[in-house]
Amino acid sequence: MSIESQLLRFTTAGSVDDGKSTLIGRLLYEAKGVYEDQLASVRNSSVNRSTGPIDFSLLTDGLRAEREQGITIDVAYRYAATPRRKFIIADTPGHEQYTRNMATGASTADLAIVLIDARKGVLVQSRRHAFITALLGIRYVAVAVNKMDLVDFREDVFRRIETEFLAYAHSVGLKNVAFFPISALEGDNITEKSARTPWYQGTPLLEHLETVDLGEGHNFTDLRFPVQYVNRPTLDFRGYTGQLASGVLRPGQTIMTLPSGRITKVKSLPSFDGDLAEAYPPMSVTVCLEDEVDISRGDMLVDPARVPHVSRRFAAKLVWMHETPGEAGRDYLLKHTSQTVRAQIAKIRHRIDINTLAEQPANKLELNEIASIQIETRRPLFFDAYAQNRTTGAFILIDAITNATVAAGMIEESTADSLEPLQLGSLEFSGETEATVTPAERYKRAGHYPATVWLTARQELAGMLERKLFDLGCSVHVLADDRESHLLPELARVLNSAGLIAICSIASPDQTEARRAQQLAGDTRFLLVDPQQLPVKDEEASEVLMKMLEDRGVLRRKERFEVGEGI
Amino acid sequence: MESRVLSHLRALEAESIHILREVVAEFSNPVMLYSVGKDSSVMMRLAQKAFHPARIPFPVLHVDTGYKFKEMYEFRDNLAKELGLNLIVYANQAALDAGANPFTLGTQKCCAQLKTRALLDALAAGGYDAAFGGARRDEEKSRAKERIYSFRDKFGQWDPKNQRPELWNVYNAKIEKGETIRVFPLSNWTEMDIWRYIELEKIPLVQLYFAKEREMLVRGNSIIPLEHNYPIQIGEKPEMVKVRMRSLGCTYCTGAIRSEAETLPQLMEELVQFKRSERENRIIDHDTEGSMEIKKREGYF
Repeated sequence: MSIESQLLRFTTAGSVDDGKSTLIGRLLYEAKGVYEDQLASVRNSSVNRSTGPIDFSLLTDGLRAEREQGITIDVAYRYAATPRRKFIIADTPGHEQYTRNMATGASTADLAIVLIDARKGVLVQSRRHAFITALLGIRYVAVAVNKMDLVDFREDVFRRIETEFLAYAHSVGLKNVAFFPISALEGDNITEKSARTPWYQGTPLLEHLETVDLGEGHNFTDLRFPVQYVNRPTLDFRGYTGQLASGVLRPGQTIMTLPSGRITKVKSLPSFDGDLAEAYPPMSVTVCLEDEVDISRGDMLVDPARVPHVSRRFAAKLVWMHETPGEAGRDYLLKHTSQTVRAQIAKIRHRIDINTLAEQPANKLELNEIASIQIETRRPLFFDAYAQNRTTGAFILIDAITNATVAAGMIEESTADSLEPLQLGSLEFSGETEATVTPAERYKRAGHYPATVWLTARQELAGMLERKLFDLGCSVHVLADDRESHLLPELARVLNSAGLIAICSIASPDQTEARRAQQLAGDTRFLLVDPQQLPVKDEEASEVLMKMLEDRGVLRRKERFEVGEGI
Repeated sequence: MESRVLSHLRALEAESIHILREVVAEFSNPVMLYSVGKDSSVMMRLAQKAFHPARIPFPVLHVDTGYKFKEMYEFRDNLAKELGLNLIVYANQAALDAGANPFTLGTQKCCAQLKTRALLDALAAGGYDAAFGGARRDEEKSRAKERIYSFRDKFGQWDPKNQRPELWNVYNAKIEKGETIRVFPLSNWTEMDIWRYIELEKIPLVQLYFAKEREMLVRGNSIIPLEHNYPIQIGEKPEMVKVRMRSLGCTYCTGAIRSEAETLPQLMEELVQFKRSERENRIIDHDTEGSMEIKKREGYF
């Protein structure tokens, strides 16, 4: 390892018997990640499961309880280095119930080693590992076909596994997949090409880890700089600090600040070691801007020509990580880059069976389940699809009561079609919770109470009624959006809470939405007229409706006479 | 196009700075634990970088057992002056007054009183909600699974079975009153990374790390420093030995090693030759197998 060497983070997935711990132990040993006294302590260990001269697996098993059980049950981080690279290894268990740990280890990895036992071939769990690898956006996969010594180093065994795994890998979207015929126990194709696999043309596993292209993993085009902390030691210095998620920053460059949308320029990139000429991911830097802009933690500096999505709702894949099930409609805190906002799971679209990839309906998300969901947040987020950006596309959910981290989320490419319409009913309105303006005050100013009028298949009547009410001095608005008729009850409620009369005009005779609107508006402020009983002529019908509104006390009679016919 | 891949040291630096800033942004009263050792020295440099041109925006806490090396105290006070640190020194004075010392109490009880108890009391006294520590995951097996944000209950205890999952660089900073978080910005650094970075950044260090003729007591394989009136047994005699300390704790618990390494490059060369993990010479880790894990559950760093 030299000062110039690079850093590769990789994760390992495999089940208890695949020889994963032995492989990692072997890599640590070969890459000088193990010290002599640690080896000595393994040799003396009170638990003896030794299968060879040195049981490498004992180097990687961690805590006491786990050692006694003989199984690793959490993510453990290991470190190794060769002259070319330093490695951070997230050692994660492959047992089914530990999807959570595998996802955790995978979240920061550039590469995943998937272990397959040559005798057993591609198992359900191998597919599971491939799926999670793809889900967490790991760029490279190295499939270590282990225990080749137990199948006499036969090429046909290796090729069969290669073909089968590759087909599956492509189906879940993995691209860079390489295969290695190894024996972790005996050291074949780990550091040197094995003489026992003359048919294998590739590199040994360790060499592969030393040479995969790391630069490819970074996006240098779309500037995303989440502001972490505003550094203001004196009145004349204001530095925005953060870690570059993507793109490049240079003095003089034009940037946009979100959410304000202000455009300004980078003045300088000051650092402890002098001003920088350029900053790129994953550098942690300080940015000074030309103009005094009001920016705080949670804001983002972006390229005005390539802005991220800005929205309060998006679709995402979720890995549920807690014993308490996840439910739609519950309050969570969502942390995304340097922002934490209140959020809800608006909808669980489906759960994904991790073994078969089948999509199943679900009301709840249990521990270790993966689902496709929709999120709604109280404030807008600035995000990209996780597939495009692993920083601005990632978030965690925190239980608002217990503070536990309950889920990890990967934002999906959002298109209008993929999203269900916004469910306003799930949100609170400040007008209702903080009564700075009371309904009484609204009544005094408007001269009428809010109400919702529900009309079916009478679009022109709706317009006429609106005109009449408006001419009377009422605040009124027609809601007639057939495509999103199921949104009307909530929208009407918003108008009502602002003191308006809402006229909902819908084409469909379906009464489901009408009942919901009635619930939201309250019986006295809701007017539903049976289409059969309403006069056919719009002029007459509108008069009937005006009369009904008076009878309900929504409009004051006296006012009508004063302004109405000029009496 | 020139390569835009950070060297591994700069990548680690960027990660650590992100962690330091995140904690300062999200916690109301963070503190940095400072032990005067090489890891603390690196952490201090990273804090300088994270908040430049401002001073380090949190206090620095030294839990003093009273049994450190004299050179360490001098170094600490000089650094505090130079960087304008808000240095807080805390000792379990009640235990010291009652005569607690490693020679008669034994290392386990002494550590419990003068380190763990003192640390917990100091954190409570300061009302700190987050404390930076310089621990690294490569130091010991139980640390390999430690989180970067390590949640502690109201009693400062760590529960290895109930840790929050930690994904990407998105850290969960939510705690209730009385609960705290220990934060380890150097989690992903190895011992060799620390030395390389010290070399790269020219970070000043206590001279105890470098070989020099020192008056020591040689007992079997152990070479023991004599400060703080170390009780010499009958027939033993101090002698001058060229030694250095591989890690710095209290004088009694820090074994010295024979060495010729007077400079940083010599020292790193020696490390590669030795291939022994640095904690081997710390007596505390080897009392019982898994002893560090037991200490951590009770609140030790």
